[in-house]
Amino acid sequence: MSHATYLRYELVRTFRNRRFLFFSLGFPLLMFLLIAGANQSKRLDGIPFPLYYMTGMVSWGAMIAIISSGTRISAERQIGWARQLRITPLSTRTYFRSKVVGGYVMALLTIAVLYVAGSMLSVHLDARQWALMTLLLLIGLVPFAVLGIMLGHLLKPDSLGPAVGGVTSLFALLGGAWGPLSTSTTFVDIVKCIPSYWLVQSGKVALGGPGWPPLQAWVVLAVWTAALAWLAVAAFRRDTARLT
Amino acid sequence: MASTMHGPPGILVSGLHKSYGPVEAVRGVDLRIDPGETVALLGPNGAGKSTTIDVVLGLAQPDAGQVSVFGTTPADAVSAGRTGGMLQTGSLIEGLSVRELVTMVASLYPHPLDVGQVLETTGAESFAAQRTTKLSGGQAQRARFALALVGDPDLLVLDEPTAALDVEGRHDFWGSMRDIARNGKTVVFATHYLEEADAYADRIVVMARGRVVADGPATQIKARAGGRTIRATLPYADLGALRALPGVTGADLRGEAVVLACSDSDSALWALHSAFPDAHDIEVRGAGLEDAFLELVSGDQSEVAAP
Ligand SMILES: Nc1ncnc2c1ncn2[C@@H]1O[C@H](COP(=O)(O)OP(=O)(O)OP(=O)(O)O)[C@@H](O)[C@H]1O
Ligand SMILES: [Mg+2]
Repeated sequence: MSHATYLRYELVRTFRNRRFLFFSLGFPLLMFLLIAGANQSKRLDGIPFPLYYMTGMVSWGAMIAIISSGTRISAERQIGWARQLRITPLSTRTYFRSKVVGGYVMALLTIAVLYVAGSMLSVHLDARQWALMTLLLLIGLVPFAVLGIMLGHLLKPDSLGPAVGGVTSLFALLGGAWGPLSTSTTFVDIVKCIPSYWLVQSGKVALGGPGWPPLQAWVVLAVWTAALAWLAVAAFRRDTARLT
Repeated sequence: MASTMHGPPGILVSGLHKSYGPVEAVRGVDLRIDPGETVALLGPNGAGKSTTIDVVLGLAQPDAGQVSVFGTTPADAVSAGRTGGMLQTGSLIEGLSVRELVTMVASLYPHPLDVGQVLETTGAESFAAQRTTKLSGGQAQRARFALALVGDPDLLVLDEPTAALDVEGRHDFWGSMRDIARNGKTVVFATHYLEEADAYADRIVVMARGRVVADGPATQIKARAGGRTIRATLPYADLGALRALPGVTGADLRGEAVVLACSDSDSALWALHSAFPDAHDIEVRGAGLEDAFLELVSGDQSEVAAP
């Protein structure tokens, strides 16, 4: 049987959730328009400010969007829908796949909206740069997709909201999505071990950077993904054992 | 589907034990349900009905004992789309209309029924366009019934399916259940309503304190209670002495009155009269299904295995 119908309705549900759309899409967009709009002609590190700020807001917004799939998992557990699904032939794999795809669709939407907003504030890139930046962003989101699933099985909806807010803010701040924190080499060396740093760097392609040259980017993402996946599986096991 | 005469049983549970921390929810349940049977699980709150159902649906793992559904594990039966369930608790996800939700769930099964027809059968058609979050309790119940039916499963497990329904809703519900049972489905439903169990099940399984205390057709359940109760006014009665009377299987205090459950009400009456001369206002009544049920689940004498 095909799971296209199931996935389609999952996406319909996501798009009908206005609160979710507002926070995952509206917040980064609003910040971008306000702050980049007010500093349109400024430059930072020799780069036009709107371009610089767009890469940060895109990373942050996409991160919120993809982690939010965990919010939905948590809510479905809370109301007992997870139990109802477990007595249908839906496999665990398809369930997670639909949640990850849903998260990615939201992330892509956030990215697209911010690109449009960026273009309106005179961000100009060639097609290759847009495409490469998007591709690297999507790869950089992988550990956050897994983090969302883990949080969804670990926390109840009422604690998940603040947790997602805190975690995304912390990652955004440390990764430099809201601007460079410090240029001290020790500090930079430390944040290079955090996946959101590379998420933000993926946007730097547009700033003329070469993408992710160092092997370190791939290693950091792979290690975080593996570690989070391990935790997510543990959380899922613990959770389904208790679901009874 | 009636061709399963020589096939494996629909549900086979043997020696099932399941505890939640210190609470022993199920303490050694044996149960065999053949394909095509409609069986009621009857029992007071906390009897272990939902726990047993959870195990049959693969939602809980037994601590001890075996469970099979159509000869396979509960999980395999679920994956194959052979089981459909309506759980006691749980609400519907938001963001979809009833029709969309039923369509979504239907798409998970290998051979689903027509969604429009299921909505009609379950009486959910009139609010099919409404969002799942804007339903009354009974409407949500009908929508959940539609979710259980739409995959066209061979086994339907329904945990208190009529709990939120009004009189008409109940009537409609059992009307559609009759058709479903006639089509050869195996149906297990948990209920507190004796009339429902009596009227719609081929067999009643009475559970109490984690065990099966009676298992058979409704008539047999009634007979097992011995048929009669004696009620008498008798202040300061000694329950122990009353229970020891010949023909008496159980005794209870109701204010100044005692109620004796009897296997032989004639001997009990004579014995009561000679042992307790001040007993007065004596009534002897034939026990209905309700009395039979209360006696079976009341505790002291009911730790017997099912016949
Ligand atoms: N998830 C759980 N965690 C802890 N205890 C539980 C859990 N589920 C059930 N129990 C306990 O197990 C016992 C049996 O519960 P169960 O839900 O099986 O009863 P039931 O027969 O369905 O009752 P009801 O008619 O009230 O639905 C009860 O004492 C209950 O408190
Ligand atoms: Mg129950």
